[in-house]
Amino acid sequence: MATITYRDALNQALREEMQRDDTVFLMGEEVGVYQGAYKVSRGLLEEFGPSRVVDTPIAELSFAGIGVGAAMVGLRPVIEFMTWNFALLAIDQVVNSAAKMLYMSGGQTPMPVVFRGPGGAALQLGAQHSQALEAWFAHVPGLKVVAPATPYDAKGLLKSAIRDNNPVVFLEGEMLYNTKGEVPEEEYAIPLGSAEVKRAGTDVTLVCHSKTVAVALRAADRLADEHGIAAEVVDLRTIRPLDVDTLVTSVRKTNRCVVIEEGWYFCGVGAQVVDELQREAFDHLDAPILRVTQADVPMPYNKLLERAAKPSPEQVLEAVRRVAYLER
Amino acid sequence: MATKVFMEALSPTMEEGRIASWVKQEGESVAQGDVLAEVETDKAIMELQARGEGILRKILVPAGGTTEVGGLVAVIAAADEDIAGLVAGQQAPPAGAAARPAAAPAAPATAAPRPPPAAGAREPSGRVKASPLARRLASEKGLDLRGLDGSGPGGRIIKRDVLAAPTAAAALQGKAGEWEDVIPTQLRKTIARRLVQSLGPVPHFFLTTEIDMERALDARETLNAIGDGKISVNDIVIKVVAMALRQHRECNAWWQDDHIRYFDDVHIAMAVAIEDGLITPVIRAAHAKSLRTIAAESRALAERARARKLQPEEYTGGTFSLSNLGMLGIDEFTAVINPPEAGILAVGAVTEKPVVVDGAVTVRRRMRVTMSCDHRVIDGAMGARFLQTVRRMLEQPLAIVW
Repeated sequence: MATITYRDALNQALREEMQRDDTVFLMGEEVGVYQGAYKVSRGLLEEFGPSRVVDTPIAELSFAGIGVGAAMVGLRPVIEFMTWNFALLAIDQVVNSAAKMLYMSGGQTPMPVVFRGPGGAALQLGAQHSQALEAWFAHVPGLKVVAPATPYDAKGLLKSAIRDNNPVVFLEGEMLYNTKGEVPEEEYAIPLGSAEVKRAGTDVTLVCHSKTVAVALRAADRLADEHGIAAEVVDLRTIRPLDVDTLVTSVRKTNRCVVIEEGWYFCGVGAQVVDELQREAFDHLDAPILRVTQADVPMPYNKLLERAAKPSPEQVLEAVRRVAYLER
Repeated sequence: MATKVFMEALSPTMEEGRIASWVKQEGESVAQGDVLAEVETDKAIMELQARGEGILRKILVPAGGTTEVGGLVAVIAAADEDIAGLVAGQQAPPAGAAARPAAAPAAPATAAPRPPPAAGAREPSGRVKASPLARRLASEKGLDLRGLDGSGPGGRIIKRDVLAAPTAAAALQGKAGEWEDVIPTQLRKTIARRLVQSLGPVPHFFLTTEIDMERALDARETLNAIGDGKISVNDIVIKVVAMALRQHRECNAWWQDDHIRYFDDVHIAMAVAIEDGLITPVIRAAHAKSLRTIAAESRALAERARARKLQPEEYTGGTFSLSNLGMLGIDEFTAVINPPEAGILAVGAVTEKPVVVDGAVTVRRRMRVTMSCDHRVIDGAMGARFLQTVRRMLEQPLAIVW
């Protein structure tokens, strides 16, 4: 199996789907000649030409709207936002048009569009460019929301997102693009709505997605080494639809849970996870479920403050010590 | 003027307190500053002092009861004062009574009296805090949560408290004899963790040996011919196992998660089949009892078990178990460990078998036993050495009087 970057895994997914289905096209700022702000679309303009790899002006609302319109007439657009922070300019098209069209037309108007791009904080990009907005989109019925953590998941989920007949919000990560992982040569797709146990354990469930999978795995290593605690790491992969079965199965086994996310705590993804678990696994909980999130402030620019505001393995360890009643 | 006695915040983090004992009893006169009761807080036993004087008219939370800070625990009043309203209001709160106050810690000196908890079916002894899992486990085990001490925050009863409950209760009986708690080494903890991961909550392994029972059966016949009361093979096995465990304390132990409890005394739990299940009455200090006493006790306990008349203290506190299916014609089997005990011996039937003795084939009465060991406590060689002692003693039954 080849070891490739998250960036190249996305590139493979785009290329393979564009080869497979000529209604798939890519549109966004700098996706063509510049080959993507993060080089996700490297080589695609050369292979598929300017009618299928379309550079746009800096006008998110406009090209998101073109994507919605293209989907309505039978194409499968992939709309790249340079980051999801900029997609806020286009949220009307995502929420008011894409998410509603199938419902309001009684299924007569197709909407197989993918909106994709990096979300969350990178390093010192400031408060306006460091936001993990998955909870915003997951709130809206009609949208599927996907946030892969590894190259393997990124490729398999993007392929499923492109083939899905619903609008999909696909959140990548600037800090993830260079991460590497094994990706098979042969064709595969990962169904939307399936979480994955990234590490099996018996004592506590760590729920995470996207960049926080790495945080959870590092915490799990330290829990095993320092406390003899076997943590089970469950990567949501898809925020909506949420794979409640996998979560419940894990918590029934471990009786304890900590939910980690890059976004803010209030009405965050973790709040939904906690809601599902308290209802579906109530009799299996031995401790309140705790959450580790970004600090409840706009992301600080200062390097040390930014680091302190992001969820860290240390915060996860602290939360696990509490749910496992290690500190009496 | 009646004085209400409230549970006070006797430590900075205390959210509720348990009345360890009442120093004053109902009807006694009290002066301001007198110690009314001893209260177990989240940290220590503290004194609850009277803040008024008069007669201690009514105790609302009995010794052993728990209530949150601010809860009414007693009433002090003049001998002829009518306190019915205060007491009745406490014991039967009206529907739609004031919402339960938040359990905020407050310094005793400034603690304003707050209304008592007012929940319809709630007893004056206060509510029990337990995790949902602990409640479910307790209900499955038929345990009353009110009898348990919680080790979680604010005394919350959690999974480990319920799992430890029957053994803790047995230990408190004071009949389990002397013991020594040993904190497992890091190696032992690692062994425990890894084995549990591989095989489930109790990592069993099994050791089987075949014992020549000729001499033990001869001895039994002789003894039964002498006097009153019959001795069974099982009685002899109980006695021998108990004596062997005295020599192998490492097998006479409880796994207690954060420590291993090694017992000096041997309390043999013997599995008795009853109508819809089984129960394990305990022969206490079996190592120190005569064969005749063991025979009488085991018969009486088995009868009481089948009649469902055993008291809890008669079937808890075992340090090692025996299960005998020999009378049902089973040659050998494996038994499941009865946690927290670390071992159980499964005893098969005595059967005649051809065996080689001194180079010649001869027919001997033999018995196969299989020991299930909790690998967190007992390693292979430990269990094997113990079984070796059991076999030697059964093959040389004179060892019983040695």
